[in-house]
Amino acid sequence: MSSAVMDTLRPRRATVTPERPPLREPKVSSIGTRALLLEAPGAFELCLQKRIWAVAHEVESWADVEEAVLGVTNLLVVFSKPPRDLLATRAALIDAWHRLPEKAVSGRIHEIPVIYGGELGSDLAAVSAYSGLPREEIIAIHSAGEYTVCAIGSSPGFGYLHGLDPRIFMPRKTVPSLRMLKGTVTIGGMQAGISVNTGPNGWNAIGWAATPMFDLDKTPPCLLAPGDQVKFLVERIEL
Amino acid sequence: MIEVLSTLPLNTVQDLGRFGARHYGVSTSGVMDPVAFTVGNVLLGNPDNAAAIEVQTFPFVVRFLADTNFAVTGADTAATLDDHDVPPWWSATAKRGQTLALRPPASGARAYLALAGGIDVPVILGSRSTHLRSEFGGFGGRYLQQGDVLRTLDGEGHAAPWKSGGLGVVPPSFALPATNGRVLPVRVLKAGEYDLFSAEMQERFWATEWKITHHSDRGGYRLSGQPLKLAAPVELRSYGLVAGIVQVPPSGEPIIQLSDANTAGGYPKIAAVIEADLWRLGQARLGSFIQFEEATYEAAVEAMTPVTDYVARIRRTADLYRSL
Repeated sequence: MSSAVMDTLRPRRATVTPERPPLREPKVSSIGTRALLLEAPGAFELCLQKRIWAVAHEVESWADVEEAVLGVTNLLVVFSKPPRDLLATRAALIDAWHRLPEKAVSGRIHEIPVIYGGELGSDLAAVSAYSGLPREEIIAIHSAGEYTVCAIGSSPGFGYLHGLDPRIFMPRKTVPSLRMLKGTVTIGGMQAGISVNTGPNGWNAIGWAATPMFDLDKTPPCLLAPGDQVKFLVERIEL
Repeated sequence: MIEVLSTLPLNTVQDLGRFGARHYGVSTSGVMDPVAFTVGNVLLGNPDNAAAIEVQTFPFVVRFLADTNFAVTGADTAATLDDHDVPPWWSATAKRGQTLALRPPASGARAYLALAGGIDVPVILGSRSTHLRSEFGGFGGRYLQQGDVLRTLDGEGHAAPWKSGGLGVVPPSFALPATNGRVLPVRVLKAGEYDLFSAEMQERFWATEWKITHHSDRGGYRLSGQPLKLAAPVELRSYGLVAGIVQVPPSGEPIIQLSDANTAGGYPKIAAVIEADLWRLGQARLGSFIQFEEATYEAAVEAMTPVTDYVARIRRTADLYRSL
């Protein structure tokens, strides 16, 4: 870590604005010697994700940071070698969390046509049963939403989408689907997604989208980026 | 240039890994035993990250289509070059037309075939490693098949042939022994959710001789033993993973995430294998046993010194020998 960064590391109190209660402490934990995980406290809120984006942006400029990997209200900082002073590095992460303003990302807006239901949306009935809402209404609610890409992760180009209407939250399956098709539009707990690889998947399938999420011939290869907005369009309904 | 004469699935072109693309959701891939891989390149005077073949299913047989210096490291595969034995951890010169055969190893799990210059496949997102699940990187994004012809960089046989029978090194299983017993000790640092487990479960984590099940691969090792249960289930929001992280899914049987693991997951994490022991895990066989030992941060960092010293000694010897 450069001395310029170190100068900003002295413990400080969180900046507290009068209208806003102080932020609770984030959790920082080690994963081996070359990675630290910063986790926001409390339940999911988009404002927490914006703070995570801000910290990610800053730590990418730190010396010896190989990569800042965004998660959902958390950030994995991977170092190219073990930090010499682990405690100072942890303190620096916590300081950045308190100090930095939320990062406003004005991302792109993606409109993604979806074929709802049918063979490729085979869990629509289960979501309907769980929510007590008719299938048509699940589709109406899902396609009316505006979703924010929190992070890209798990598989190439996969976006963790926030903004699902709580009426159609649906827990992940205990027994995953063995061969879910790439492009499947899914609900996993409070999150929405579009699968990027054909294979086992524990999220609930409600439709399918042809839009490619990952293309190595493009720079960057991912269609979605953190901070982007996603809207689902009803292309067709198969009930 | 070599031609693959005989192979089984899952033998791939790899380098140290695709670091820096996790934020695209792209897992690192890369060799499971970076020590064996690096030594192969060092013996040949290659860049340390030159791509090689990771062989994990045997027999694996190639024919040389040009005079080429090669090295075979990692698991002891009783290799032969035509009718001559090739000792383990050995580099030699193959003549055009000669056949190199790697057989099922008596110990260890993965062997590395490195060629002078390194294997010439495209660099994708900073690496030549094969990403099997996404079908890119390495040789056409797939595992090698009979009839594949692999080229090397810098033209053929750019390195002078070994003047004598070649050069070998003491394998790290002798130079850096871990155990003589049947259970491989694996040093770990505690991770984020360790303290959520009861004292009884923590004790069980350390005391159990965990078996590496047959549902294990480059993506991760699934362990079997008495399950580790949490008082209340914990589902974390998805967070980034690194190789060596030990997660405990609801079944209670730990998973060690490795080279081909997804970049993010949500299972509670109890520990992480220290970097100095990851290569040993890469050579651990399905059905074998491991036991976790706690390391301090300082000890975990220091544990890399014997590994880097070992590689540095080989580098000095190989450079000297090559200059004679």
